[in-house]
Amino acid sequence: MLPISYYITLSLILFGIGMAGVMLRRNAIVIFMCIELMLNSVNLLLVAFSKMHYHANSVLEKGTDAQLLVFFIMVVAAAEVAVGLSVIILLFRKVYSVDINVLNRLKG
Amino acid sequence: MEQYIWLIPLIPFIGFLINGLGRNVLSKSLVTFIGSGAVLASFILSIMVFMSVPSGADAQPLIFKAFDIINIPTLQVPFAFQIDALTSLFLLIITGVGFLIHVYSSAYMSEDKGFAKFFSYLNLFIFFMLILVMGNNFVMMFIGWEGVGLCSFLLIGFWFTNPEYIKAAKKAFIMNRIGDVGFLLAMFWIFKEFGTLEYVKVFSQLAIDPSAFTGFVLTGITLLLFLAATGKSAQLPLFTWLPDAMAGPTPVSALIHAATMVTAGIFMITRCNELFSAAPITLQVIQYVGIATAFVTATIAMRQNDIKKVLAYSTVSQLGLMFAAIGSGAYIAAVFHVMTHAFFKALLFLGAGSVIHGMHHEQDMRKMGGLSKYMKITHITFLIGCLAIAGIPGLSGFFSKDEMLLGMFVSNPVVYGIGFIVSVMTAFYMFRLYAMTFLGDLRDKEAHPHESPAAMTIPLIILAVLSVFAGYIGIPALFMQDGHKLQTFLSGVVSIGEAHHVSHATEWMMMGALLLCVLGAIYYAIKKYTNHVDGEATGIAKFFEDKWYIDELYDNAIVKPLFELGDVLKKYVEKAGIAAFVLGVGTVSGRASKNVRQLQNGNVGFYIMLMVVGIVAGIAIFFMGYLISK
Repeated sequence: MLPISYYITLSLILFGIGMAGVMLRRNAIVIFMCIELMLNSVNLLLVAFSKMHYHANSVLEKGTDAQLLVFFIMVVAAAEVAVGLSVIILLFRKVYSVDINVLNRLKG
Repeated sequence: MEQYIWLIPLIPFIGFLINGLGRNVLSKSLVTFIGSGAVLASFILSIMVFMSVPSGADAQPLIFKAFDIINIPTLQVPFAFQIDALTSLFLLIITGVGFLIHVYSSAYMSEDKGFAKFFSYLNLFIFFMLILVMGNNFVMMFIGWEGVGLCSFLLIGFWFTNPEYIKAAKKAFIMNRIGDVGFLLAMFWIFKEFGTLEYVKVFSQLAIDPSAFTGFVLTGITLLLFLAATGKSAQLPLFTWLPDAMAGPTPVSALIHAATMVTAGIFMITRCNELFSAAPITLQVIQYVGIATAFVTATIAMRQNDIKKVLAYSTVSQLGLMFAAIGSGAYIAAVFHVMTHAFFKALLFLGAGSVIHGMHHEQDMRKMGGLSKYMKITHITFLIGCLAIAGIPGLSGFFSKDEMLLGMFVSNPVVYGIGFIVSVMTAFYMFRLYAMTFLGDLRDKEAHPHESPAAMTIPLIILAVLSVFAGYIGIPALFMQDGHKLQTFLSGVVSIGEAHHVSHATEWMMMGALLLCVLGAIYYAIKKYTNHVDGEATGIAKFFEDKWYIDELYDNAIVKPLFELGDVLKKYVEKAGIAAFVLGVGTVSGRASKNVRQLQNGNVGFYIMLMVVGIVAGIAIFFMGYLISK
């Protein structure tokens, strides 16, 4: 049984990688993957905490409440991918590029 | 009568709808047929009403109710017609003269692009005028009152491409509105005091218990009503719109601004004669205002050179005499003069229209002269009109004017004296007009006058016949025993007070003196103005020619200060105040956004960084708060 700090650290690292990717990369697909990474780091954290509470508190019959949230996140992420990828495809058809810095027409 | 009474106003209204909606589709002959036919149908029905209306001293008015305009516990205003002798007489005048003028217009306006529009407006006018005289309460009279004002506005500004005409239309409308305020306030006051707006109920309350209403209330109400009458009937101080209203086509001047609409004030006061008779102060005011108007405008009419302007001032002057007669208590004489005046003034206006038509839209009498050679029918009928208005014995104007003067004499000899002078001046300016137009030689050698078509001359002939014979329904007792049919006819509406205490000898003398002076004035006018026009006016004549500077007075006292007030408000309130504030808000937010929008640099990564910074800051603030609260 690993201590909870390991999970938190891993999750933070994954989230940090994801956030750095979103902020620094210009390729839309990579940004997309980074978003997924951030979502999954949160999933990992949820599962870990859920498990921890289950062990620490044997009065509880079930320790899976937070794990349910994970499924929601997955479903939402799947739907988001479906929409997002099609947006990227349409974008590519228009400008023959997936570089997000091309999309600066609303620049003030 | 019940079956067809509502058709009288309805048919002209349908005519208005058909001609108005089909103005681009219908042919001119069809428009003429519908427009004139509608009024003719109303005229025939009006004759039937006139034949069967109850008349005499104890006749009760017939009331036909259609529906309620307002029906709440404290106020009932029905849409109902009240038919009595006075209404039936006005119905005849409106539809009869109206029909002749419709026929006349079909020729006069035949070249005009807005032919169908013109007829639809005329029909709408007839409709509103009928509502005005047929209503059984003040609200319906007010509806008609406003409606005829609207039609007057539309028809004065009928040739709306000319800015001068538009100005005249606006002037007429605004001056009428000033009077209308009086009408509205009077209505409110009547409702407050009497609790109802129906004539019959108001007057019966007054008759049952006159002491229930103080003199102040009655005087106030009647003065407000009279203010409305001064607007509509063009009396001092609101008369200046009527001469300007001559901008409209001549048939309009004849129908609206001579024969019918401007007599609405007389009608209203006669309708409410119980109220007015209970307010002697108001009657005094009416008498003085009427006679002053008559005198002022008669002097102006003597020095005008525009043929329609002379007739316009003459109309105001005659209306002034009618009001002076009403103020003297001679209601029936005033109504009698309304009727005869409708005939001969419509005749004169239509005759002037025929002259203008024949002279190719020339209105300046200084360019006319000798037209009797070119326009025989117009000449003869016009002469009859002039004789009638001058009051030559045997013609209608003689009887009605004589009766009005008699009423004034009984009431106040000074007013009678001025009325006498006005009558002489009337004869003078009418024959000045006649001589300048029809006698001598044609002054404008370029013009080729021609006689007007039959559609214009036939109405002239009919009106000329009426101008001669209409007076015989009101022959005074002096000439014939039981002669005054009109007085008997109207006695149910207007209670006749005590008989005039004037001996026949006095009456003969008054008539003789007036006739002598009138004949002298006619002789002098014809002698002076045959082949002669007025030169540059000086002194008092200049004062008359410039209309007593009343327009200038109003301009300087009211119009210009208002414009200046508007300028001040525009400069200091609108521009320096409101606009500065509103524009300032815009400028400030514009400047601010100019700096803030630098953040929108189009770099998605930058946006996300800001988002992260924002979230982190948010969380930090949350934890700070949490820690502080610990």
